[in-house]
Amino acid sequence: MELLDKLNILADAAKYDASCASSGLDRAGRPGGIGSASMAGCCHTFSADGRCVSLLKVLLTNFCAYDCAYCVNRRSNDLPRAAFTPRELCELTIGFYRRNYIEGLFLSSAVLRNPDYTTELMIQTLVLLRTEYRFGGYVHAKAIPGADPLLTRRLGLLADRLSVNIELPSAPSLALLAPDKGREAVLAPMARIREEISQSRRELALYRHAPRFAPAGQSTQMIVGATPENDRHILSLTQGLYDKYKLKRVYYSAYMPVSSSPLLPAPRDFQPPLLREHRLYQADWLLRFYHFRAEELLDESQPDLDPRLDPKCCWALRHLEFFPVEVNRADYEALLRVPGIGMISARRILTARRAGPLTFEGLKRLGVVLKRAQYFLTCSGRCLEGLRVNEDGLLRHLLALEAPAEPVPEQLSLFDPAG
Amino acid sequence: MAWTQVCHQYDGTFAGFLTCVFESYVNHEEPVEFRGPEDPCCSLYPLRTIATHPERAKRVYRSLGPRLGPEGREWVIRGFLTCLPQRELYLWRFLRMGFCRGPAVIRELTDPRVDKLRKAVLFLNREAHLYTGFTRFSDLHGVLAGEIQPKNRVLPLLRPHFCGRYPQEKLVLHDSTHGEALFHQPGKWAILPVEGFTLGPAGAEELAFRQMWRAFYDTIAIEGRRNEKCRMTQMPKRYWAAMTEFQKDWDTALPQVAGQKPPISSIGD
Repeated sequence: MELLDKLNILADAAKYDASCASSGLDRAGRPGGIGSASMAGCCHTFSADGRCVSLLKVLLTNFCAYDCAYCVNRRSNDLPRAAFTPRELCELTIGFYRRNYIEGLFLSSAVLRNPDYTTELMIQTLVLLRTEYRFGGYVHAKAIPGADPLLTRRLGLLADRLSVNIELPSAPSLALLAPDKGREAVLAPMARIREEISQSRRELALYRHAPRFAPAGQSTQMIVGATPENDRHILSLTQGLYDKYKLKRVYYSAYMPVSSSPLLPAPRDFQPPLLREHRLYQADWLLRFYHFRAEELLDESQPDLDPRLDPKCCWALRHLEFFPVEVNRADYEALLRVPGIGMISARRILTARRAGPLTFEGLKRLGVVLKRAQYFLTCSGRCLEGLRVNEDGLLRHLLALEAPAEPVPEQLSLFDPAG
Repeated sequence: MAWTQVCHQYDGTFAGFLTCVFESYVNHEEPVEFRGPEDPCCSLYPLRTIATHPERAKRVYRSLGPRLGPEGREWVIRGFLTCLPQRELYLWRFLRMGFCRGPAVIRELTDPRVDKLRKAVLFLNREAHLYTGFTRFSDLHGVLAGEIQPKNRVLPLLRPHFCGRYPQEKLVLHDSTHGEALFHQPGKWAILPVEGFTLGPAGAEELAFRQMWRAFYDTIAIEGRRNEKCRMTQMPKRYWAAMTEFQKDWDTALPQVAGQKPPISSIGD
């Protein structure tokens, strides 16, 4: 089989993995080697579905011993199978990296024979890449649940980021759809990786040349929309993962109908819940950067995110007693709660108001999205001039911002297409 | 007394601009127009032709750090690389304000003079960041060659990134908008003006890698999630022309390999 065919098969098999970040680690290039990594990460292109492509995302092999109902590579699925040799994958990575196509390698694999054997193959590939090719770029490796902890440790010493996919948001769903993986089998390696990372941090503080274990942290991914969990459940789980397992990122992936299992939504007429995924990511950002808690965003009476409005606006509408916020006096935390003010504009407000009082004109210059923020702010005690909105009108005004304003313009025709 | 308003003509270099700043302060003249060497020299204001004076420029340059603070100094240096129309004028206004008020000047984000410069520098930084990802190199006889068409002069910002990333490679990156190119070989680099630069034809291995990259790019997109608008927001179309995944091979292939199937299986073992 030619390399091009293998690449087609194994990239196709890997594309449902959502994670493609190359961030979280600064590493300068070293003379004699090739490659560097930057804290902010770097997107090299965007695919037709609008997702960033920054790593060469492939499976080492798609021969799989498991039969998970939601997965495209399950044993019972009839599709072409292939496997890279370690040497082939290294040549491909270096070839792409030199041409600046990619930022590094995302190495995942289906379970060939058993988790230990698969992990050994991955380690072999990464050893070759790091030592013989002296590759200093980003490597994201997927830890295989069920592999020996010592093997996972070796993998983490070679990779920059590790991930274990939690796959489905609850234990019953996991038992139903992925009978070969248990909830424990997923959470146990995650906890061990957390321990290894914190131990490596402590050692690095003492000895500069201590081995670095997954210096860019660990992440995970779950499928949304295949099973009946609500958004509240998913967000609380996410928050638990951030708090307890110190994850860098949790990815959500709207379920794509790749299987005709009777346990899953029927592939026909099924629309992947893309908007729901988008709202979950917005809420995820609020948890990570805006100091929100999951229980603030959703509760018993409102278990799902509102598809019409972003979660921050929804929170603001339910907590009108918190507003208006006085721009010239409010602290950073209060500013972050205002819809239309992000982390960067909040920091700019703090800087700019040291030089003089802020006005609405000035806020616009700082990059505050006034069309949303105007309802929640005062500048030196005054609201925006001419703004008269009562509480009922507020929702309508904010909704109007989200909805597409006008019908799409089209070419006029002399002849009526219907007649 | 208000300073006399004049028009400055200089050679278009950063040192030339700093000399203009020096002369303005010495003669108490306020430049309200800047002209490059080629611009037609008719103006309503009295014209001053400023010859670049390295010593005077250096004196102004050395004062930037102490007077404007490290960040303000950075803004001035980077501001000169931006594509802001009449950037010299905005820089002059910023400098005038900064020399007056000291390093706190960069905090006055709502002042129109500061705002204009800050946004221009932000655009430059963002464009440079995008180009660290969107630049594509071709391996032409062992030299990595690439071409970009940026709006700002991003090469000085891209230089540390690419030289650090490929320390063992010979590298040429051509900026076709400004007619400059970055040259790098292990341990050495230079940014030089070039004319009539074109990339040579590609060999068989290069074509094979391009084909594989295109195949990967097409495969990685999930058909059920297709979202053209999102792609264009993240990656505006002006970048597409120079990117391998949107090019066809026929315009870059060597005549003798154009008809053949690239020997992909020869890579690896």
